[in-house]
Amino acid sequence: MTDAAITFDRVTKAFGTVRAVDEVSFDLPRGALVTLLGPSGCGKTTTLRLVAGLELPTEGRITIEGRDVTRLAAAERRIAMVFQSYALFPHMNVLENVAYGLVVNGARKAAAETDALAMLKTLGLEGLGQRLPSELSGGQQQRVAVARALVLRPQVLLFDEPLSNLDARLRRRVREDIRDLQKRLGLSVVYVTHDQQEALAVSDLVCVMRAGKIAQMGTPNELYEDPADSFIADFMGEANVLDGEVLGPDRIALGGVALATRMRAHPAGPAQLAVRPESITLLAEGEGLPGRIQRAAFLGQTREYEVETAVGTLFVVAPAAAPAFAGGEAVRCRMERVIPLRPPRG
Amino acid sequence: MGALTLGRAALLCAALGMLLLPWHGLEGGPAELAAWPGGTAAPLVALLLSGARWWLWPVALLLVITAPPLLRGRAPGGLLVATGAGIILWTLAMGEAIGLRGLDWHWLAPLLGAPPPQPSLGWGALFVLVGATGLFASGLAARGAFGADAFVAFLVAGSAFLLLLFVFGPLFTILSAAVYEGDRFAPGALVARVTAPEAWSLACLATHEGCGVVWNTLLLATLTAVLSTMIGLFFALLAVRGGVRAAPLFRAMTILPLITPPFVVAMALIVLFGRTGIVTTFMWDWFDIPRSRWIYGLPGVLLAQVLAQAPIAFLLLDGALRAISPSLEEASATMGARRFTIFRTVTWPLLKPALAAAFLLGFVESLADFGNPLVLGGDFDVLSTRIFFAIAGARHDPGRAAALALLLLALTFGAFALQALWLGRRRYTTVTGKGDSGIPAPLPAGLKLTCGLVVWPWMLFTAAVYGVILVGGFVHDIGRGDMSFTWRHILTAFEVEWRDGFALRGSAWDSLLTTIEVAAIAAPITAFLGILLAWLIARQDFRGRRTLEFMTMLSFAIPGTVVGVSYVMAFNVPPIELTGTALILILCFVFRNLPVGVRGGLAALAQIDRSLDEASATMGAGAVDTLRRVVLPLMRPAIITALAFSFVHAMTAVSAVIFLVSARHNLATVYIVGRVEAGEMALAIAYSTVLIFIMLAVVLGIEKGVGRARLGRRAAPASPGLRNAPAAAPVRAGA
Ligand SMILES: Nc1ncnc2c1ncn2[C@@H]1O[C@H](COP(=O)(O)OP(=O)(O)OP(=O)(O)O)[C@@H](O)[C@H]1O
Ligand SMILES: [Mg+2]
Repeated sequence: MTDAAITFDRVTKAFGTVRAVDEVSFDLPRGALVTLLGPSGCGKTTTLRLVAGLELPTEGRITIEGRDVTRLAAAERRIAMVFQSYALFPHMNVLENVAYGLVVNGARKAAAETDALAMLKTLGLEGLGQRLPSELSGGQQQRVAVARALVLRPQVLLFDEPLSNLDARLRRRVREDIRDLQKRLGLSVVYVTHDQQEALAVSDLVCVMRAGKIAQMGTPNELYEDPADSFIADFMGEANVLDGEVLGPDRIALGGVALATRMRAHPAGPAQLAVRPESITLLAEGEGLPGRIQRAAFLGQTREYEVETAVGTLFVVAPAAAPAFAGGEAVRCRMERVIPLRPPRG
Repeated sequence: MGALTLGRAALLCAALGMLLLPWHGLEGGPAELAAWPGGTAAPLVALLLSGARWWLWPVALLLVITAPPLLRGRAPGGLLVATGAGIILWTLAMGEAIGLRGLDWHWLAPLLGAPPPQPSLGWGALFVLVGATGLFASGLAARGAFGADAFVAFLVAGSAFLLLLFVFGPLFTILSAAVYEGDRFAPGALVARVTAPEAWSLACLATHEGCGVVWNTLLLATLTAVLSTMIGLFFALLAVRGGVRAAPLFRAMTILPLITPPFVVAMALIVLFGRTGIVTTFMWDWFDIPRSRWIYGLPGVLLAQVLAQAPIAFLLLDGALRAISPSLEEASATMGARRFTIFRTVTWPLLKPALAAAFLLGFVESLADFGNPLVLGGDFDVLSTRIFFAIAGARHDPGRAAALALLLLALTFGAFALQALWLGRRRYTTVTGKGDSGIPAPLPAGLKLTCGLVVWPWMLFTAAVYGVILVGGFVHDIGRGDMSFTWRHILTAFEVEWRDGFALRGSAWDSLLTTIEVAAIAAPITAFLGILLAWLIARQDFRGRRTLEFMTMLSFAIPGTVVGVSYVMAFNVPPIELTGTALILILCFVFRNLPVGVRGGLAALAQIDRSLDEASATMGAGAVDTLRRVVLPLMRPAIITALAFSFVHAMTAVSAVIFLVSARHNLATVYIVGRVEAGEMALAIAYSTVLIFIMLAVVLGIEKGVGRARLGRRAAPASPGLRNAPAAAPVRAGA
């Protein structure tokens, strides 16, 4: 209990017959940034709203910093949330927006504005206090929304797709800002996104959801390098999923060809194997799965190939510095690393 | 707000009501307080201890058992729900069971014996009931309902209780009155009354006798609906597609029915077409057309109703016609269709839903109209007037009135049900947004001519009617053609004397001041309650939300006459005795106009992204703060509009309140109707003119206020909260 900022204990949220969140349990460590990732409609937003108290669970128990908040209304939990639409109050100026939480919690107006001004400064928004939200750029609005949440010194800060209204370049910068701030202030953050790159870039932990359940939770590295099943392997970046056989530690067979590789321990026998496109090295000759180049494309930093082999067409990404091949050439594919998969659950 | 806080406040409120305040109403005014804590001003606790109201012990006991847990800091949900509901039900049931004549529910005699008479409930009971509602709500919140927010729980429980008491209660009373014959339960009487020849006779087809009142009502409503829809359509076609410069004038005219009390047009018609009317006299002098009383009866009532309804039909059709994207018609034109073919195959089908809406509105308004048939009906009775005379006429027969009211209610609901069925099957989503690209197809020449032939004479006619109203109050006797100028009528009504200080000597002051006072009290309550209900319905998820919405909208569909009759029947005797007070007028206005506030509120809330409320909640603001600081400021235009509408509706209403006024609390409209019946047409017209100008001032003032509020928000739509509203709101709000 001591180290967890948020715990879910078999929490279910049903809307009529739809179980948007289905018996989910997890502990989120204090001071970490956790992303909720998953396809549309998998229950990310609902999970976040359950933490915030904007939905109350149908079953199960939720604690925040050791306090049971299952039946507490949003106003009584010490959380703050940044909405996808930012939800800035259009009839209040920036300063009033940021001071709002302090004022409704009983702070004196002057004290609230001093705090709010300090927070605006932290986020580089000096001088914008008197503007209306409608008079700010998208990025500024986003930072006002963050300032408004942070000024309350929340135990937990929640973000629901905070960057989806921004353009690609701004998105990258703002997500770095959020990460910096989170580390500096030691905040516990839950962050919803459906962009897997964003998730990999900012998180301490990634929690992949599917159909209201948690498919896998781990560090970005674990999820990328060691996905539990083909759903996650596919979701966390591209993967060639092949039918093969595990022969022993670091030994597999693909299409009858025995190959040496690196892999996590897996019982011997037939298995599904996932291979990342950049884990395949193409050689003119030597040990490897024989194949023929079907298509080749030069993308500047990398080259992409489609290679026809006995186990299907492989998608391969090679660094531009590696030897180049042309369509029709015969090659050997060396599997640097493969990921033996468990079949998807459910 | 937490459940415990509410629970404690509710306990305090109920304890106050039980221990200190007089349990029964003070019929003799505050003077009776002298006898406190005895006599008629005794609080419940004194009545219980003296044994005078021993049957109310359960109320006290239920209240007492909630005290220990609440004082010790616990809010036991189940217990609070049960005790709250128990106190309310027991108090009201006992109030019904034992009335002014002692025991009314005779089947309880074995249990209660012969208890002494019991007058109506007073302040003490009110506080206990409010407290009990609070206990009930805090219990619900403690069990996790309403997002565990006790404030929301209290609002929902409170408004549901009020709606049950002041919308459903009276309806139920009417239903039961229809099955009683004097004091005897007689279900057969209902059947007999509802099927009486008075209602259904077809005698007029074969003989010179009148037909049943149901047929009269249906005929009038259908004709009104057809004619006003047609005229409205002609106006709309000419305004949108005819390229006439008078289009803004058409739109300005739509304000007229809003500010004209319903029978004023009827008076003007009498002045124009009555036996000694201006037009009649003119026809007689110049063309030897004999004077007659043709205006009294179906033609007159029909004319008056169409004059009132056509502008509203125009309003609906004008909007619909402008919303039809010209690109649809252009598409059809590029496919080689001729003008008339385009109109027939594209424009017309897309207009049909709005036509149906205009028709339905005309139909329902005609069913509910009371003022015009009363003034102009002559021998042509409709349900609303027949109901009135069954109550107020020589043969006072509440059972018959109730049965007729049920018939009227059934017709109204039937019309709404038909519309729901019809709209349910076809829903045009093609008509979305504004069609502001492309050039609308001009009207075919023949059609334009037809429109003009209807529209311009009708404009002339309307101008004549309102001209009569404007002039009539300032000439000696417009009814007999004496057109010399005078202040006489205005003075009779509104004379002010300064001699020994300030005195309002005019005969109309009493009713005018009462009207303004009642409307000014009712309007803010209506607006506030309506907006609150809209907020609950749109923003809170709770079981029974749809039911609450239906309950608030129901009073929209109940004709005023039915409301009036039902209020008289329900609130004439204990436990809730309100007839003869100003309070019953206020309550009647509040609950009749509530749907206006709720609709306005719902429309405004649809424009405000729900995440604003949620953001406020996550920052620690409770429902009260969120409402006060975020929702209400953003809804200011809707609130002002609701205020204006309920004020104006309260000033012009006549059908419901004609049953409820008293000598002490008379209303302007009822006073005017009385003057018409006494033949003092000029005085009535003078008074109406003053009313119309007051309301015009209110409406224009409000429009200006709202206009400014809109300007103030013009900068806002760029903010994400509002901009995303259409996209984001349905996702969560559509649950
Ligand atoms: N208020 C509601 N009423 C009914 N069903 C709902 C409600 N809110 C969410 N759902 C359903 O619950 C499921 C999960 O919804 P949720 O909003 O949590 O998805 P999400 O993972 O955030 O998706 P996205 O990436 O598209 O935002 C969906 O099937 C959705 O339709
Ligand atoms: Mg979502």
